[in-house]
Amino acid sequence: MELTTVWFLLIAGLWVGYLVLEGFDFGVGMLMGVLARDDKERRLLLNTIGPVWDGNEVWLVVAGGATFAAFPEWYATLFSGFYLPLFLILVALIVRAVGIEFRGKRPEPEWRRRWDVGIIAGSVVPAFLWGVALANIVRGVPIDADKEFVGSLLDLLGPYAVLGGLTTTSVFLVHGAVFVSLKTEGDVRVRARALAMRAGVVAAALAVAFITWTAADAGEAAVWGLGALAAAAFLAGLGATWRGREGWAFVGTAVAIAAVTAMLFWSLFPAVMPSSLDPAWDLTTTNAASTPYTLKIMTWVAVFFTPLVVGYQAWSYWVFRRRLGVHHIPDSPAPATTGH
Amino acid sequence: MEALDLARWQFGATTVYHYFFVPVTIGLVFLVAILQTAWHRTGDERYLRLTRFFGKLFLINFALGIATGIVQEFQFGMNWSDYSRFVGDIFGAPLAIEGLLAFFLESTFLGLWIFGWDRLRPALHLACIWIAAVGTALSAYFILAANSFMQNPVGYTFDAERGRAELTDFMAVLTNKVVLVTFPHTMFGCFMVGGALVAGVSMWHLLRLRDSTDDDARLDRSAFTTALRLGAVTVMLSGLGTIVTGDMQAKVMTEVQPMKMAAAEALYETTAPAPFSPFTLGTPDGSEPTFQVEVPHLLSFMATGSWDGEVEGINDLQEEYQQTYGPGDYRPNIPVTYWTFRWMIGAGAAAMGVALIMLWSTRRSRRPGATPRGARWLGAGAIALPLLPLAANSFGWIFTEMGRQPWVVFGLMPTSAGVSPGTTVAEVATSLVGFTLLYGVLAVVEVKLLLTYIRKGLPPADPPVLHDGESPLAFAY
Ligand code: HDD
Ligand code: HEM
Ligand code: HEM
Repeated sequence: MELTTVWFLLIAGLWVGYLVLEGFDFGVGMLMGVLARDDKERRLLLNTIGPVWDGNEVWLVVAGGATFAAFPEWYATLFSGFYLPLFLILVALIVRAVGIEFRGKRPEPEWRRRWDVGIIAGSVVPAFLWGVALANIVRGVPIDADKEFVGSLLDLLGPYAVLGGLTTTSVFLVHGAVFVSLKTEGDVRVRARALAMRAGVVAAALAVAFITWTAADAGEAAVWGLGALAAAAFLAGLGATWRGREGWAFVGTAVAIAAVTAMLFWSLFPAVMPSSLDPAWDLTTTNAASTPYTLKIMTWVAVFFTPLVVGYQAWSYWVFRRRLGVHHIPDSPAPATTGH
Repeated sequence: MEALDLARWQFGATTVYHYFFVPVTIGLVFLVAILQTAWHRTGDERYLRLTRFFGKLFLINFALGIATGIVQEFQFGMNWSDYSRFVGDIFGAPLAIEGLLAFFLESTFLGLWIFGWDRLRPALHLACIWIAAVGTALSAYFILAANSFMQNPVGYTFDAERGRAELTDFMAVLTNKVVLVTFPHTMFGCFMVGGALVAGVSMWHLLRLRDSTDDDARLDRSAFTTALRLGAVTVMLSGLGTIVTGDMQAKVMTEVQPMKMAAAEALYETTAPAPFSPFTLGTPDGSEPTFQVEVPHLLSFMATGSWDGEVEGINDLQEEYQQTYGPGDYRPNIPVTYWTFRWMIGAGAAAMGVALIMLWSTRRSRRPGATPRGARWLGAGAIALPLLPLAANSFGWIFTEMGRQPWVVFGLMPTSAGVSPGTTVAEVATSLVGFTLLYGVLAVVEVKLLLTYIRKGLPPADPPVLHDGESPLAFAY
């Protein structure tokens, strides 16, 4: 296999990892608004992702770095072209990260309410905009002969892109609710399950529409196949939720997100950013790539370190495998007796 | 204003801001790891309490470090897309490796450390903070390797057909002579910040507890005295480290970017032996200085290692560069370069001085600030101490980066050629204003929170017990 193809696959893999992992972080963030009833429950939600959310976000950092290294032209065109959406995503991620860390550091309700707003908005906005961005990449945007994006913000908000954004937002919400039902006990767990079912119906409808549109455009059997897998996994996940099999439910939503992401990247290849103006101006895995030498070095690094990373991240999930309930949340946020 | 100017302001602002948190993170993580190791080894509860206290400050700071780091990674593509196209083949690799090797390590093991007090065996828990510390050092190394390529491009060829620089020797990039001196210099700079924070905070508490006689205060005092000594000694030793490595760096820079070092002294004419002026009144921008303190031969020594060495002047270099690179102005902003270089050194030296006085004030179990006057001075010192090396770090970076101008990649790509051609003034202005406002608000929130937690003082020791499944978490958001 060409190294450029390897790197295309690796970057797709990093996006799969990012969206599956931070997908439920975003979902949990959104649930701060709709699921939790009081401060303790909100803290319970945050603590389910507490030890892992930063590690999950690094998948994005690495996906960005890998794109820069392996396909500099892609990185340059994408990041400068999607300027304002990325700016909004950055602001949202900053507010969210700081909110998660700072919320519990003061007891005042006003302080916490403000950060709650930040965490919720900081979760909805990127969940939506990543869907919009990915849909646009697949659809193609105005790129000229100099590989420059020449469109406007409105070009990025077509119906297909908006459908993509709504799909990711709703699917992440369900994924987060399933995660909460898997990681908590007591009342919150029951409510999370019910919410996952209700929101799941909406998300499933949006996702099926998005998948069908994507596959109809691509017209490839493999795209249809991955899309069908995604839909089936999502529905199976909802079925498992209904039967109270939370582990399987989580596997279902995770596989669904992975399969949709794979479907999007499959329908892109061998382009990485098609031009809607002229197919000759598409950015592809060849004309956007780094040199074989750079790719070779990067491949060695990835071969050695990716399994290591996956290993220790999996271990950290294992360490924190136990379900949490409100009774595990200490009374005062950071009481002097247990703070460190 | 053009998009270029705005993009430059934005890059400078976001990077300087990111770099307020980075040295605190790097410096504190090692000191917290050392404190926890001391507790692990001796079982002395003072060390556990200090670990938790400074660990908390570390975490408050870390949140902003990571939040601002993502902006750094994105803005190369957003604002500097032609730059990214030009150097991506080389510059992207260390950045990607930084993420894969360092950021995953840091984030995962810090998560384990923060939430793992009652989940992991003590030795394993201790290992987590050390692994995170190694992660911070790795991340510094790779990002500095990327930056050093911009200071001194090595291991590449220019591909005329694709109009970009391409990697030919990755080891050369990782062992660039610039990164070999920049890395230790930066790490020592970070340790100075960490040590200064520990020492400053400890001194503040010692002064606060000065007159209390109850048992708790005695215990706290003893813990803070230990921390003060650890912090102050760290400042002094790493201060020596920055001086030694800074001196090496000056020599390397004189070799690879003589213009930067000439601008650092506002040395217009080639001179041998060249003096160093710690202080100048008047304008170091071409006209004669009106009042100047000069140390004869010092610049020659700093730049070349010989007390009589010849140091090239700005005017000669400007001519040389015009011959090599074509017509143009190859002089960086000289007042900025001149003064930031001095302020870096001055603030670092001042920090060492303050640290020494603090150390002196605790000699032979003396109580710091026994007289009200002494207490006032030490109190002021406690506040100044952490700020001094932090400022030195910023000045150092502003010097490094602005001294390289007009190049973004020295000798290869002018900064003006790197900016994104497609982004509009409105877009860059939006993000510049947006980030500035957001960062401003976050700075206020962060400082207030840090002060609140500093004021709270040491938590009780409360040694961790492995979680039994029912009891509340030892750490929770
Ligand atoms: C506490 C911080 C601190 C202190 C006390 C010093 N420095 Fe420094 N210096 C830095 C923190 C720093 C830095 C922020 O970390 C920089 C910016 C880039 C770099 O590599 O390190 C830097 C850059 C920097 C450069 C520019 C190198 C380049 O362009 O790549 C030189 C020549 C020196 N330093 C030299 C010195 C000397 C001779 C010092 C003392 C006698 C000194 N520094 C003290
Ligand atoms: C090691 C990683 C770094 C990289 C890769 C890097 C990269 C760059 C780039 C691409 C520019 C050109 C854009 C411009 O002119 O504004 C620049 C300029 C600048 N950088 Fe850095 N930088 C790094 C670290 C830092 C740090 C840590 C600071 C400050 C604390 C800093 C401060 C600045 C400033 C002030 C400018 C503006 C110079 C000018 O425009 O005159 N940089 N840097
Ligand atoms: C312009 C260049 C830079 C880029 C692209 C960059 C990128 C990043 C990113 C993406 C993060 C967040 C990682 C996470 O999510 O966990 C981060 C944090 C960090 N960066 Fe930077 N960074 C830059 C400059 C620097 C410099 C010059 C240093 C050190 C010498 C540094 C050291 C660190 C460290 C230690 C962290 C860990 C957390 C913290 O800052 O508190 N960075 N950086």
